[in-house]
Amino acid sequence: MNEAEDAPEYAVNPCKVCAPLGASLAFKGVSGTVPILHGSQGCATYIRRYLISHFREPVDIASSSFDEMAAVFGGSDSLMRGLDNVRATYQPEVIGVATTCLSETIGDDVKDILRRYSDRHPSETVLVNVSTPSYSGTHLDGYYDTVASLVSSLAKGGPARASVNVFPAIISPEDLRWLKRTVAAFGVGLCLLPDYSDTLDGGMWSEYRRLPPGGTSLEAIRDCGRALGSLELGWSQASRTTGGRFLNREFGIHCHSQGLPIGIEATDAFLAALSELTGRPVPPDLEAERARLLDAYADAHKILAGQRAVVFGDEDMAIALALFLAEIGVKPALVASGGTGALAQTLAEAHPVLRGLDTQFMPDTDFARLGEAAKAAGPTLLVGHSKGSKLARELDVPLVRIGFPVHDRFGSGRLSCLGYPGTHRLFDEVVNTILADRQAKSTSGYFYF
Amino acid sequence: MPEHAINDLLEDRVGHVLETALDGAPAAIRCGTKSASGSVSQRACVFCGSRVVLYPIADALHLVHGPAGCAAYTWDIRGALSSGPALHRHSFTTDLRETDVVFGGAVKLEKALRELIAKHEPRAAFIYSTCIVGLIGDDVDAVCRKVAADFGIPVIPVDSEGFKGTKKDGYKAACEALLKLIGTSPDPAVPPAPARSVEGINILGEFNLAGEAWMIRDYYARMGVPVVATLTGDGRVDVVRQAHTARFNVVQCSGSMQGLAIMMEKQYEQPYRRVSYFGLEDMAQALYDVADLFADTDPGMPARAAALVAEEMGRVLPRLAAFRKDLQGTRAAIYVGGAFKAHSLIKALRHLGMQTAVVGSQTGNAEDYARLQQLCDPGTIILDDSNPVELSRFVLEKQVDLLIGGVKERPIAYKLGVAFCDHNHERKIPLAGFEGMLNFAREVHGSVTSPVWKLSPRRRA
Repeated sequence: MNEAEDAPEYAVNPCKVCAPLGASLAFKGVSGTVPILHGSQGCATYIRRYLISHFREPVDIASSSFDEMAAVFGGSDSLMRGLDNVRATYQPEVIGVATTCLSETIGDDVKDILRRYSDRHPSETVLVNVSTPSYSGTHLDGYYDTVASLVSSLAKGGPARASVNVFPAIISPEDLRWLKRTVAAFGVGLCLLPDYSDTLDGGMWSEYRRLPPGGTSLEAIRDCGRALGSLELGWSQASRTTGGRFLNREFGIHCHSQGLPIGIEATDAFLAALSELTGRPVPPDLEAERARLLDAYADAHKILAGQRAVVFGDEDMAIALALFLAEIGVKPALVASGGTGALAQTLAEAHPVLRGLDTQFMPDTDFARLGEAAKAAGPTLLVGHSKGSKLARELDVPLVRIGFPVHDRFGSGRLSCLGYPGTHRLFDEVVNTILADRQAKSTSGYFYF
Repeated sequence: MPEHAINDLLEDRVGHVLETALDGAPAAIRCGTKSASGSVSQRACVFCGSRVVLYPIADALHLVHGPAGCAAYTWDIRGALSSGPALHRHSFTTDLRETDVVFGGAVKLEKALRELIAKHEPRAAFIYSTCIVGLIGDDVDAVCRKVAADFGIPVIPVDSEGFKGTKKDGYKAACEALLKLIGTSPDPAVPPAPARSVEGINILGEFNLAGEAWMIRDYYARMGVPVVATLTGDGRVDVVRQAHTARFNVVQCSGSMQGLAIMMEKQYEQPYRRVSYFGLEDMAQALYDVADLFADTDPGMPARAAALVAEEMGRVLPRLAAFRKDLQGTRAAIYVGGAFKAHSLIKALRHLGMQTAVVGSQTGNAEDYARLQQLCDPGTIILDDSNPVELSRFVLEKQVDLLIGGVKERPIAYKLGVAFCDHNHERKIPLAGFEGMLNFAREVHGSVTSPVWKLSPRRRA
């Protein structure tokens, strides 16, 4: 699909947010990092609000706070002043600078501004920048581009280390923790980038932590040029300019790319890849988790027979969820994403499982068009983020909340779906959501299911 | 932490924060300036100011001209209820892409407008310009004129590019957009002139969050005051167009809509009165003030207002006593959008036995802050356009038990083991009016007295 020719004329109830949000999220997953958005004050504030409503944690994102003078004469002074103030207030190890539609359109050369700033303040704070014009792509693009920028600007080569790099799509803090546990069980080191499992899902404090504890360490990012290999989790990463691809080109690090490990087959593939990269067997505990999950599939399969789902979210979450639903016997009738471009569609259509199910794909869509298509698809279940709650209400079909954002429930940080345990949690929720709906709508109410 | 956080501010923030003097003499505070770069201001932008003011007009098409983000972040963001149409709860955007930035977005805007108006049949359309619209040079006015002529409805550009000032300038742009609608009723029975033909009021700056405008309108109805238009809570385009017929304007949330009252005073000679509907005294005072306005034509109205206030107070006051018993002697911090609301909250908190130790706003003006200083006890911290680092430091330094704010302030409180009350646009229960005071007390009490705080690290240390 050619974006220029076929992009929709407008959107009603968007199924995406903009690239600077993804950049902010990725930067929040790096230890001691403060993101600054080079643009209007509102960009940072709206994005903070959106992230705070999801994570229910403080999310400090600075802004260069453009005014009219900056828009006319360039935002260099504003950005430098912003960097001064962020350094004075936060003493960060890293400042992550992301652009916006405003600074991109007036043509600010951020790389040059940062170079000049670093000349003035040598060897203090590490500055990493990413180009995230809000009119291009979505939050997922901003997220991946930021990870790629962190890797390409910080990674160094050197003697090989017994460690792996994992670059996941946008997942929950609980799933990030699962990745860390799982790699640790293989007995190797890890650079998980980003890692906002603590910075955006932490404990209470006795004083305000300007730099919330946690995040990928700078050292780990620097060392990722010496790893045994990289694992990129998210189907679309295979067709992007990613950190994994950079490491492969620069340092010859092998890069395994696959979808998010949701479901038994996808998790099997992930563990097999990890086993191959590390040369170590899959730990036996994981076999027990797998056995329990498969057992649960068997127990509930009849509840799921004949169920039809409409799935939505960013393209990598949506496709992984669709494959999982297909695995458990729920037909993914419609898979939709606000993700722009043809990437998601190409990947999804190429997938034999989904092709065989005659699944309909809607990339680059909004909730108005998604809603129309959903009505035609006649779903019994919606699976996706909380912006689908209005559609669920309209169709009187239950929504299983998963992915980003979830603004109308608590516990987004613990919404797991990766690996055998995460899949098991999601599987139970899918089954129980269907049962709760049947129970509520039945005339008798049921005592046993 | 230094002894006094006030001595440890960013250079750009000096003067925006002060501690009220022991002798009660008000000091000047820096305010009304753009947010300091890198300060992590809690403010949004010009677009935000316009969007919040106009958003509750439920039968208008609100089209955000720009990349999808600005519209997505503000999709159904406020609990502004409508008794009928709910077009405002959709998020419409031209979703500008790279090619539009290169070749211009005006064609796309026109197409979107035509299709959306044909489909949704709104009574008017507001076109919000976002940052890049000014930069790429779209002639939004021309598109609006053309489409308005073809569809026979007002299509009004809102000059809300994010960087062209602060949130306050967004309020101003929204007020200007409203002024363009007022006095344009197509109904021959409502000519543009003479104005002030109806013995009634417009309610300005009331957005019907959680149905608050309905409560306020009910009070006025019981007093015998007809309300012509509420701007903009549960708003309707045709009603806004008749707003020039009311005899007076009554303005709440004056930061956002006093500007419109001033414009209407100039154009239609409608006098206005500033009021607040938060807290018992201010709510009662609002009704007394409005009754006084009509005392010349309806001499019985002040007595009816007094009777209403007595009845409502009689219902609410005894029930507040129980809350006050538990809250007596506790301390609060307030950080809200407009400073005028903070005045009312300080008084409302006193009713609950609570002292305000920290108070600030995103957009207060010099007059607001002078009044705040008069209202507060000596040693109170006053903040303009603050940020999480400052807020958290003063919350801790002043050992407050409660923070009142919005979604962005909430995690600051909870992380530190401090109670919180949402007094911003996400609230689901009405906090205005007499009944709202009771809800407010219940909210504050429920949070301050929660057993969970006993487990927090700060209380255990």
